Amino acid sequence: MAKVMVVTSGKGGVGKTTTTAALGAALAQGGQNVVVVDFDVGLRNLDLVMGAERRVVFDLINVVQGVAKLPQALIRDKRLENLWLLPASQTRDKDALTDEGVGRVITELKSRFDWILCDSPAGIERGATLAMRYADEAIIVTNPEVSSVRDSDRIIGMLDSKTVKAERGEHVEKHVLITRYDPARAARGEMLSIEDILEILATPLLGIIPESQDVLKASNVGTPVTLNNTDSAPARAYIDASRRLMGEEVAMVVPAERKSFMNRLLGRRAA
Amino acid sequence: MDVRADPTRQLVRLRGRSYVAFVFSPVVPIVEWLAEIDATLARSPGYFVGKPIVLDLASVDLSSSAIAHLLGSLNERSIRVLGIEGVGEERLGANMPPLLTGGRACVITRNEPAQKPEPEAKPKPTSLLLDSPVRSGQSIVFMEGDVTVVGSVGSGAEIVAGGSIHIYGTLRGRAMAGVNGNSNARIYCQKIEAELLAIDGYYQTAEEIDETLRNRPAQAWLQGDTMKITPLN
Repeated sequence: MAKVMVVTSGKGGVGKTTTTAALGAALAQGGQNVVVVDFDVGLRNLDLVMGAERRVVFDLINVVQGVAKLPQALIRDKRLENLWLLPASQTRDKDALTDEGVGRVITELKSRFDWILCDSPAGIERGATLAMRYADEAIIVTNPEVSSVRDSDRIIGMLDSKTVKAERGEHVEKHVLITRYDPARAARGEMLSIEDILEILATPLLGIIPESQDVLKASNVGTPVTLNNTDSAPARAYIDASRRLMGEEVAMVVPAERKSFMNRLLGRRAA
Repeated sequence: MDVRADPTRQLVRLRGRSYVAFVFSPVVPIVEWLAEIDATLARSPGYFVGKPIVLDLASVDLSSSAIAHLLGSLNERSIRVLGIEGVGEERLGANMPPLLTGGRACVITRNEPAQKPEPEAKPKPTSLLLDSPVRSGQSIVFMEGDVTVVGSVGSGAEIVAGGSIHIYGTLRGRAMAGVNGNSNARIYCQKIEAELLAIDGYYQTAEEIDETLRNRPAQAWLQGDTMKITPLN
């Protein structure tokens, strides 16, 4: 059965696009047929993170409006043959999306793929509501800070009321993914703790992705972090999360502070 | 050389269809007859909207300009005339509705919606139970009585109740109890981190709530016109 998964957050810059690309690639590596769909019409980024920006011909809006057929707009990943991208349009805005058009595209994607990962735009307006509209499951990307957590709480409320599943009286399965978790700052008490976040959101945890330079490096070369350096801490955390999505039991690892060799030699630097 | 593709000929399909039209039969003096129409419209505005109207001029003798004037007067009342009967064709101008013949009288049935039987008045519930967390941005308004939440109330969410508010979880948002003027209403919560508490219009913001109460079970109630917040147990 195809699963429609929305990656959402409310707040911008928390790592939705990075997460969509990383989980999409990790699921594809696990043998699943995956398509990642960019709903950020007008401010598309997923094509860059996937390294497909020079191969975009048709986009989601063309398919929604019936200008192009779905196979014409789908872009196959160069590294994984069962990973595909449906890019957003950069020249249009979110008003070009229609409810029934999006519904048609999602139905067609469901017949071709195992996983449909929808990269939601930030905000709670048309783009975000249509990205979540047909979702079966949702990943709520949250940073360990109050503003992000409160926005996530708002988005969870919308997932429980504005989706097709909710309107039918069913439940959208929800997962919280904590990103940009900085063990050093957590140790100093400068961030919300994992327990606090889960207590506020009252939603099961999918994974904890540590703050890392590897994420930025991977984005800059247009590769999902799970394909760029599979041994890096964020890549391992994303791969674990993807295995949990596929139903495996994987122990949760809270990233711990790793002191560098020099730090260990010199101890704490005087302030 | 004459190259000319014959356009494919479209067959014109003619179909018959019949409608029931209202027939207006003006009588002299026309002014009084129009006043009668106005009275009908005053009783039910829009009564003639969307209904085909035919003008029967057999009982009056109007000149071409008088007919034009009558049509204008009806138009002002948003009554569009479909056709005219009972008058010589020579009296009708080019921009007037066409002459109709061969109309048959029939009974107009008014299909008004049948009066629905009044649903039996159930006693209104006096409390509202929510068994999932109230998320940021959600607003729960229940003027009829108490609200009970099994779960937390998120920062930026609000509960408005005519009676008391009971929260089995953390209250991080706003709670407004007794908004109908019920000064006996109270607010109870398992953990107080509220943004604002109000009872019957008297309120306290987060800043005014005693720090020592934070994160503890508490209740808020009114004593005269001051709000008291005290720990539970």
